[in-house]
Amino acid sequence: MKNKKIFLITIIIIISIFFILLLGLKKEQNYIPESKLSIIKNNISFKTLYSEEKIFLNDLLKEKPYNLINIWASWCAPCKEEHPYLIELSFNDRINLVGINYKDNIKNAKNFLFDLGNPYKEVLVDNSGVKSIELGAIGVPETYLLKDNKIIKKFIGPLNKITFDEITEIIKK
Amino acid sequence: MKKIKYIVVVFCFSIFFYNHSISSEKNVDQISKNLRCLICQGQSVYDSQSDFALSMKQLIQNKIDQGVEEDEIYKYLKEKYGEWIVYDPEVNKNTFLLWILPLILFIFGGLLIIRKVTIK
Repeated sequence: MKNKKIFLITIIIIISIFFILLLGLKKEQNYIPESKLSIIKNNISFKTLYSEEKIFLNDLLKEKPYNLINIWASWCAPCKEEHPYLIELSFNDRINLVGINYKDNIKNAKNFLFDLGNPYKEVLVDNSGVKSIELGAIGVPETYLLKDNKIIKKFIGPLNKITFDEITEIIKK
Repeated sequence: MKKIKYIVVVFCFSIFFYNHSISSEKNVDQISKNLRCLICQGQSVYDSQSDFALSMKQLIQNKIDQGVEEDEIYKYLKEKYGEWIVYDPEVNKNTFLLWILPLILFIFGGLLIIRKVTIK
C-alpha cells in the first residue's frame, strides 16, 4: 500500500517536471536587455563619418518628433538585409534617422552607403564600440525608436516587414 | 647592517611598484569576470573575445581611468543592461527561491541525519 503511494507520487512528480521542461523549450531564448535607462544622456559625443566633426548625439534628436538610431557596420550581413527598410523610412517626414557606424573601416562604411544608398541624416562613428555600450547596445544591427530623446522601443537584430510596419504605425500618432 | 637596510628598502620599493603596475590590469579582469557576456552563451566578459566583450573591457578600463569605483561600474552597467549582466543576483522576489533553497535543503538534510542517528 505504502509502496504504491510512493510509486504514484514519483510518477506525478516526473510528469510535472516533464511538462515544466516542455514549457521551457517553447520559451523565447533570445535575451533582450531590460534597460531601466531609456533617456539618451547629454554627454555622448561622436565624430561624424563625412565631416569628422565632433557632435553631441542629443543635438541631432531635436528636429523631428521621432528619431531612429540605427547601429550598423559594413561587415555585418544582416545590416544589408534591413537597409531597404531604412531607406523607405527615410522618406517619412515625421522621423529622422541617425546611423552609428560600429567598429568599422571608414572607407568600407562609405562604400556601403554609396552602394546601397544613405538613409541617415547623419552618420556617427564609433570606432571602439564603447559608445554603443553607453547606449546599451549588445551588437549590430540594433535599432532604437526614440520620441524626443527617450527610447520607446528597441529592436535587436535586423528590421523586417513586421517591425517596419510597427515603426510606421507608431510614428503616425 | 647597512646591507640589510638597503635590501629592505629595495624590497619595499619593488612591492610598491609591482602592486601599482598590476592594480589597474587586475581590476579590469576582476570586474569583467563578474559580468555576463550577453551575446555569448555561458561565458563571462573576461572569457569572451567577441566585439561586445572587447568593447566592454575597454569601457571598464576607461571608467577605472576616470576613477570610478567598482560598485559604481556594476550599477552603471545594470542601468544599461538590467540585472542579468552581473553574475551575482540580487535578492528579490524572483531570485528569492534561488537564495533560500540551499538553506532549506541543508536544514532538511540535517534533520534526516539527526533522525537516522537517533533511531539507531
